Amino acid sequence: MNALQWLSRRSTPIILAAVLAVLVYFLWWLNDSYLEDVATNGCITLVMVMGFQLFMGNSGILNWSYVGYVGIGAFASAICSIEPDSKRLQMPVMYEALIGIHMPYWAALLVGAAVAALAAAIIGFPLARLSDMAGAIAQFALLVVFYTLLAQWQQVTNGPRTFTLGGTRSTTIWVALVVGVISIFVAYWFKESALGLRLRASREDRYAAASSGINVVATRYYGYIISAAVGGLAGGLFSHYILSITAKSFYLAELFLVLSMVIIGGSMSVTGAFAGCILITIARQGLRQGEANLTNSGFDVSGMTEIVLAVLMILFLMLRPNGIAAGWEVRWRLPGRRAARSDSKQRS
Amino acid sequence: MSLATFIEFVVNTLSLGSLYALLSLGLVFVFGIMEMVNFAYGEYITVSAYILYLLGINTSLPWPLVFLLGILGGAAISVISEIVAFRPFRGRSVEALLVTSFAVSLILQYTAQITISPRSKPVPLPGFFNQSVNVAGVVTPIRSLLLIAVTVLLLAGFSLLMKKTVLGIAMRAAAEDFTTARLMGVPANLIISCAFAISGVLAGVVAIFWVGRSGSAEPLMGQAPLLISFIVVVIGGMHSLVGSVVGGFIYAAIANVLTLVLPTSLLSFREAIMFAIVIIFLVLKPAGLFRGSYVEERVG
Repeated sequence: MNALQWLSRRSTPIILAAVLAVLVYFLWWLNDSYLEDVATNGCITLVMVMGFQLFMGNSGILNWSYVGYVGIGAFASAICSIEPDSKRLQMPVMYEALIGIHMPYWAALLVGAAVAALAAAIIGFPLARLSDMAGAIAQFALLVVFYTLLAQWQQVTNGPRTFTLGGTRSTTIWVALVVGVISIFVAYWFKESALGLRLRASREDRYAAASSGINVVATRYYGYIISAAVGGLAGGLFSHYILSITAKSFYLAELFLVLSMVIIGGSMSVTGAFAGCILITIARQGLRQGEANLTNSGFDVSGMTEIVLAVLMILFLMLRPNGIAAGWEVRWRLPGRRAARSDSKQRS
Repeated sequence: MSLATFIEFVVNTLSLGSLYALLSLGLVFVFGIMEMVNFAYGEYITVSAYILYLLGINTSLPWPLVFLLGILGGAAISVISEIVAFRPFRGRSVEALLVTSFAVSLILQYTAQITISPRSKPVPLPGFFNQSVNVAGVVTPIRSLLLIAVTVLLLAGFSLLMKKTVLGIAMRAAAEDFTTARLMGVPANLIISCAFAISGVLAGVVAIFWVGRSGSAEPLMGQAPLLISFIVVVIGGMHSLVGSVVGGFIYAAIANVLTLVLPTSLLSFREAIMFAIVIIFLVLKPAGLFRGSYVEERVG
């Protein structure tokens, strides 16, 4: 019984991971390259969403600069994994020190996450002190700074030109699935950890949290770094799947996508963010199909998908501000526990 | 520096500063009352620019009427977006409003893309917009001088409105303390609609001169002015109308100086430098240069 209780308490990430695995396996089993692409992209986006939820869901602060960290991870890991010769050929102006670096794919992914975390660690502390409007604008300004640097720093990112990773896709559907599962566990582990609990306390009431001895700034700062690390990891997966990246891939459009998933699904729980990611991925495929069909029949409506998603997002914010899940986590309950719980609720 | 370059620099800074002052005034106006940074503000400029384009291409209306309709269009879209999208969020969190205005901005962008064209369209403008006059040996475009004159007139009219009329006093009271103003009988809906209307009018005026510089309209044209007004507003102070005007001129001066001083290899980083300044301002001097009714928003 004790083992069952232990399992029941940790069932959320296991259930989510199982759902993800079944979905991805099913799409792969259908043996269609388009569906496999959808599944892989979906898993990469899920990692991104999990990193975003990790900070936003627990701290209640929307991190506008998040996709910038994804971009940093994408470029950093790509720089690490490309062969020196091909780097010299493609980007003659690149710093000599960067050209020399070469490491296997998995190490490059970790370096991408580490560089993103390092960037967050350097910049994050003063920003963690800001809140509300000043904090939001500062984070947004940071996104613009990241974007400009990624788009213009020729010696590192090949500037405004496309950055191409030669060779084959290192991120396969299975790598994406495994990292996706890991990201679910990380997000859930973080939420249940002492740090996550402190962060959630600061979300509910910053003054009450501070008066109970929680260092709100430090807590936010650590959460911000971990979130950036997961984002950087997602970036590495992305660049080794897409194989040609520009700074534009990590700007407002991408931010909007992640934001719509987390807001529609519900930012306060891992289940919500997961559901948002899956549902929006499916909805986007459907809308893109409709868009393509309409465009083929003579009406150019490219952009309709974004309009529908934006309207959905506003409606959700209006009518169900905590998203579909509204803080609920999927959980396997032991039979007989439910009665005891409702009993204790009545007493309190 | 010769006298000619100096005059050129001054005229340039004054006209650019005028544009930025009007631009950020429109943003601060709504911010003061609603506590809301309106991401969709840039798209009001886009809508105005497209109205100029559509009227200029399809009709032969005289240009003053076209300009007037463009400005009214900016005001209309501003008021409509407030009533449809922002009103339900009154009293909700700062972030909900931010995200909503972000979504509204995307909706307007993509609507423009679908209904008109994803590519940039040339906007017909009256001939004097492209002519120049000789001021003390410096060739100056007429539209720069016109912009400075229009800004002076608008700011004068604006301060009269804010200081002398009931509406202006009510709006200033609402910006100071919205709840108390309402208790004193200031109608919330009317005041907020007026603020958005003024914001939209300013966006419309900016659109005319923005199009005057670039000569064209495109779906994403609102992004650049929005980012500029963010910078200006943070430097000048988010709660001060005077601050946003002064901030506009300061930003124009900094941007022009950077263009002159920075080596070309760093010029492409100008935007990053400006936004780094914004972050530094928010961390070290979050009230901006003009404090207004600022309350400390800071943890720890």
